[in-house]
Amino acid sequence: MVTKLQPEAPADEHAVWRLLEDVMDPEIPVLSVVELGIVRYAHWAPDRRLHVGITPTYSGCPATEVIRRSVREALDAGGYHDAVLEEVLSPPWTSDWLTDSGRHKLESFGIAPPDKPVASPHHLLRAPVICCPRCGSKDTERVSEFGSTPCKAHYRCVSCLEPFDYFKCI
Amino acid sequence: MSAPASADRSAGPAGSDAQRSTEALLRYVLRLGDTSLVLGQRLGEWVGHAPALEEDLGLANLALDLVGQARLLLGYAGELEGRGRDEDALAFLRDSPEFLNLTLAEQPNGDFANTIVRQFLLDAWQVEIYSALVSSTDTRLGAIAAKALKESRYHHRFSSGWLIRLGDGTDESHRRVQDALDSLWRLTDELFAADEVDEQMAAAGIAPRLSELHARWSAHVDQVLREATLQRPANVKYQWHGKRGVHSEHLGHMLAEMQYLQRTYPGAQW
Repeated sequence: MVTKLQPEAPADEHAVWRLLEDVMDPEIPVLSVVELGIVRYAHWAPDRRLHVGITPTYSGCPATEVIRRSVREALDAGGYHDAVLEEVLSPPWTSDWLTDSGRHKLESFGIAPPDKPVASPHHLLRAPVICCPRCGSKDTERVSEFGSTPCKAHYRCVSCLEPFDYFKCI
Repeated sequence: MSAPASADRSAGPAGSDAQRSTEALLRYVLRLGDTSLVLGQRLGEWVGHAPALEEDLGLANLALDLVGQARLLLGYAGELEGRGRDEDALAFLRDSPEFLNLTLAEQPNGDFANTIVRQFLLDAWQVEIYSALVSSTDTRLGAIAAKALKESRYHHRFSSGWLIRLGDGTDESHRRVQDALDSLWRLTDELFAADEVDEQMAAAGIAPRLSELHARWSAHVDQVLREATLQRPANVKYQWHGKRGVHSEHLGHMLAEMQYLQRTYPGAQW
């Protein structure tokens, strides 16, 4: 569609990943879409075009559209004008895909990271131990399974009495 | 599309089998998508009215997931239909007889207990349906099911939790939730009533046999009802036909509100 600015740059996938590490989630601005596990692949396909796959966290997450646009803008800004942006549904996103750095950033942002791993369907039947991201206490209680965004639940610390968000384990 | 699948037998011999199976798949996908959409719209009616802020957010979050699932399913249905209708056209520009959702999904919210019972029965149904569809021979449907399954399991935990709290709660909450169960139970007959579309999908390995799901659903529902100290009502052999486009009087009113803007200002975007 648009001629590439650089003549056949080497297929440096690392450069693409680095570029996407600067694309932040609109709802949790300390996390990049790479740390959230939203970017599934970035590679050059036999059609000689860069293909980038992204997956929605939740079917109805309103941030998905914003993320798609942000990734497109970042690719354009990086000179990858003819990159093909693909939406991938399978395998479905899981909170296990959060990177370790992502989990640490979540915690320092005041959001308890998800229990890990999402072992089996029965996982949802047992209550995980959620530590308060502010004081570290294990004495916390769930206020609601749902919170301010589709990916978060609402908790309260019984020790320091602060309410906090918990990143849902799904 | 509003005609039942049985009326489509007039197709010529050449390619008629393929045509019929695409038509059946289309109807099957519309049934799933419409059930999610209609239930999501109903839950959305609670926004600003739920008994507590947390439940207001909870019901809105369920609605968001369900409408998201409906987008994926109706988007696929639009492609199968091949008439250029996307998920928005299917959601906002079809009339009641063209909607193929389960009758239970369109029932009015009533009180919180009634909404929780409706949600619990349908969450348990979606968990069974999606679990089975994950291994569908139709890979697109399988991928959507795998995504939706995670969300439905989460919803099911929420609705089971509330059913138990209300059932095993005060005399008042117990009475209300038992009344809701007694009133809605007759509509569960349709959840597992297989017709020619279900038979065709099961034969092609696209969808599970509903009779097999029924036993699992029933055992699971019984277990939660026991914990909630609720009585399971007797089965009623009355057949509802929402999934064949024959609806209760409630759907038309709901669609009038849901579709108002697109009907009045076609193509409006914001």
